[in-house]
Amino acid sequence: MPEIKELVKGLADKHGRNRESLLPILQGIVTEERFISDVAMAEVAKELDMSAALVYGTATFYSFLDTEPRGKYVIRLCKTITCDMKGKKQILKTIEDLLKIKVGETSKDKNFTLLETNCLGWCHKGPAMLINDQVFTELDEDKVTEIIDDYIRNI
Amino acid sequence: MANTVKLNIDGIDVSIDAGKTVLDAAKKLNIHIPTLCYHEDLCVAGNCRVCVVEQEGVKNLVASCAMPAQDGMVIHTNTHKVRNARRHVVELLLSEHNADCTKCYKNTRCELQDLAGEMVINEHMFLDLVPDKNYTIDMLSPAIIKDDSKCIRCQRCVRTCQELQHVSALGVAYKGEHMKISTFFEHSMYDVVCTNCGQCVIRCPTGALIEKNYLDDVWDAIYDEDKHVVVQTAPATRIALGEDLGMEAGSIVTGKMAAALRRLGFDSVLDTDFTADLTIMEEGTELLTRLKRALVDKDPTVKLPMTTSCSPGWIKFIEHMYPEYLENVSTCKSPQQMFGALAKTYYAQKKGIDPSKIVSVSIMPCTAKKFEANRPEMRDSGFQDVDMGLTTRELAVMIKQAGINFKELPDEKFDNLMGESSGAGVIFGATGGVMEAALRTVYEIVTGREVPFENLKITPVRGMEGVKEAAVKIENVLPAWSFLEGVELKTVVAHGLTNADKVMQAVKNGTADWHFIEIMACPGGCLGGGGQPIPTTPEIRKKRAEAIYREDEGMAIRKSHENPEIQQIYKEFLGEPLSDKSHWLLHTHYNARKRV
Ligand code: SF4
Ligand code: SF4
Ligand code: SF4
Ligand code: FES
Ligand code: FES
Repeated sequence: MPEIKELVKGLADKHGRNRESLLPILQGIVTEERFISDVAMAEVAKELDMSAALVYGTATFYSFLDTEPRGKYVIRLCKTITCDMKGKKQILKTIEDLLKIKVGETSKDKNFTLLETNCLGWCHKGPAMLINDQVFTELDEDKVTEIIDDYIRNI
Repeated sequence: MANTVKLNIDGIDVSIDAGKTVLDAAKKLNIHIPTLCYHEDLCVAGNCRVCVVEQEGVKNLVASCAMPAQDGMVIHTNTHKVRNARRHVVELLLSEHNADCTKCYKNTRCELQDLAGEMVINEHMFLDLVPDKNYTIDMLSPAIIKDDSKCIRCQRCVRTCQELQHVSALGVAYKGEHMKISTFFEHSMYDVVCTNCGQCVIRCPTGALIEKNYLDDVWDAIYDEDKHVVVQTAPATRIALGEDLGMEAGSIVTGKMAAALRRLGFDSVLDTDFTADLTIMEEGTELLTRLKRALVDKDPTVKLPMTTSCSPGWIKFIEHMYPEYLENVSTCKSPQQMFGALAKTYYAQKKGIDPSKIVSVSIMPCTAKKFEANRPEMRDSGFQDVDMGLTTRELAVMIKQAGINFKELPDEKFDNLMGESSGAGVIFGATGGVMEAALRTVYEIVTGREVPFENLKITPVRGMEGVKEAAVKIENVLPAWSFLEGVELKTVVAHGLTNADKVMQAVKNGTADWHFIEIMACPGGCLGGGGQPIPTTPEIRKKRAEAIYREDEGMAIRKSHENPEIQQIYKEFLGEPLSDKSHWLLHTHYNARKRV
C-alpha cells in the first residue's frame, strides 16, 4: 500500500492535480502496476480531490486502463472483422494452447494475460495483435508461436 | 443581453430570450415535447433524444432540449419522422428495461411509463435484451434502493449528485452496451460517500432510484393492538403533501394532514415542529455558550463557526468530506431524533406507557432521515429512537391506500404534549429557517427585545440564493450577556451541498469570519427534500417556501422559547437547555468516514 501512495503522489507531482491529469496518472499506474486496483483509484481520488466514483468511471471506460490484475505481458488479439476473416480464430487457438489460458485469463506464473480487442488499425496486415505496446501483424500459426516462444524465453 | 429571437413552431410565431432552447420556446406556446434526460435543475445532457423535433432546412432531427432557439428557425414538433424517432427511442429503452410495471414502486408515477402509455406501445418492436443483462439491485441501504434493471441511463442522478450536491457518489462506468450508473467499484450505496439526500431519487424518471419504503411495517404496527404508535410530521411535509393528493403546489395542509394521520389509526398525532423549537433552545444556548467560551474565557479549544446539525444529508457529507470540522457541528440531534428520544422517555412517562410498546414513526420530506433513524448513535432512549422514517410520498400512498378523500378532510389539531409548535419551528422547512428561528430566540435572550426586523421576518436569510450572509448587530444587551455588547453576529446560510462545500472551503481557507452557519443538504432546504412529492422544480420550491412563510405568519406563537409545551418540558423533565438530561437524550457526536 505505501508504494501505491508514493506512486500516485509521484505521478500527480509530474502530471498535475487537475481533471486533465487523471488520464496520464491512470496510464502511469498501469505502466507500473499493470492494473489499477481499488486502492490505487481511491488514492488517485484523494490526491486529486475528486470523487472516487468518477475515477472508477474513467478507468472502466478505457479498455487499456485495466482494472483487473494482469500478467507482465498483455496480449491483445484483434477480434474485429478483417482480422477475423484473415484467420484470427486459428491464431487465438494457437496462443491458448501455447500458454494454457483462455481469453480473459492470466497465466499462473502471472507472466501472460490474453485478451481480445477491437480493430487496431492494421487491417491491411491482419491478423494483428499487441503485446503490451508492441504491434505484431500478418500473423500465422508459425509466426505467433515464434513470437510467444521468444517472450517465454526472455522472461 | 436581453436579446430576443423569433422563431416559428408548428406554424405559430414565438419570441424568446436569446440563449433559451427550442424546448423552452415550445413550452411558452404550451406545446408539450416529451423529455427524459432533461431536468430544469440540471445542465443539459442531450443523451436520450426523446425530445427530438424537425427543423426546416436541417437534415437530421434536433434535440430540442439542447438546441438554442435562433432567429428564423422553423420547427415542427409533430411530424411523421419525429413521431417515429421518438417511438424508436422509447422502444429501444424498453428493450433493455425490466418493464415489470405492476410490481414496480414507480407504477403510475413513472415518466418512462407515462411516455410508453402516451405512445401506446404494446408490443416488443426490438429484441428483449433484459435476460442477457445481469442487472443488479442494491437494497442494502436503509434509505435508497438502486435497481439497474430500471435504469435508462439518462444520467439525471449523476448530474444531480455532481452539480447540486458536489458528492458524485454516482458516476458513469464502462461504455457502449455495458455502460451503467455506478458507485465506486459498484459498492452498495450504503458503503460509499452517498449522503442519502435523495436528490437523485426525486429526479430519477424511472424506478431505478427509489426510497426504501416502510409502508407494510407501519401498517403492521398500526394494526397491532399491543403497540402504541406515535407519529411526528416534519415542518416541510405540511406544505407539500397536498401535491401528491391532487392539490396545488403551495397548499398548506397541516390540519388535513393531522386529520388523515388520525384516520390512518396512529394513536398519537404529534409534531416535529415541537422538537424544532426544542432544537432552537438547545442549539441557541450552545451557540451562546461557545461564544462565551471564545470571547470571555478565551478558550482556544472552542470551535467556531458553529454549524447546524438538523440535516442528516449534511451530517453524512461532513463526515466524509470535512471530518476535521466535525467538532464545529452543533452537538444537537436533528428534530426527528430529539423527538424519537423523547417519545420513548418523556412522552412514555407522562402517558404511563411502557416504552417498549411504543412504535415511533416519522413523516419526513427526506430520505436521509431513514438512514439517520438507523444510526447506532440514535438509541439513547434504550430503544431505536425512531423506528420507521417515511417520506412525504409514502404518507400520500398510505392515505390513498386507506381510501381517504384527503381534499375533503376537516382541519384538525395535533395531539398535545409534543404537538404544540411556533412559527419558528415551521420555518425549519425552508432554507434560512433554522437561522431565522435561532436569531429570533437568541437575540431576545441576550437583549430582552425582539429581533429588529419587521414582523419578525429576517429577510436576508430568506430566498433561494445559494449562499446567504446576514449580520446582526447586538446592542444594549442584558447584564448577563455584557460580553456580547456591540458584537456583530455573523451568519451564513447554504442549501444544496455544492453551496455547503463553498462555505466549507471558505472556512477551510480562513477567508470566513462567520459565527454561525446553517446548512441544509437539499436545494431550498427540506421543502425541496429528497422525500418530497415528485416533481420538485424551482417554481414548485418557490411556492412551497411561500406557503411555509404564510404558515409562520399565521401562527399565534412565532418564537420557539414562547412555545408553552417547550416551557413545560424544561420545567417538568429536562431542567434547562444543555442540562445533563438534554445531553443524554438530545445531543450526540459523529465520526469521520472515508471519502469513497
Ligand atoms: S420504472 Fe416505470 S416503466 Fe419501468 S417498470 Fe417501473 S413503472 Fe414500469
Ligand atoms: S438511475 Fe434514474 S436518473 Fe440515474 S441514469 Fe438511471 S434512470 Fe436516469
Ligand atoms: S442520495 Fe444524494 S448523495 Fe446519494 S447518490 Fe443520490 S444525490 Fe448523490
Ligand atoms: S480488423 Fe484487426 S486490425 Fe483492423
Ligand atoms: S430530453 Fe432532450 S435529449 Fe433527453
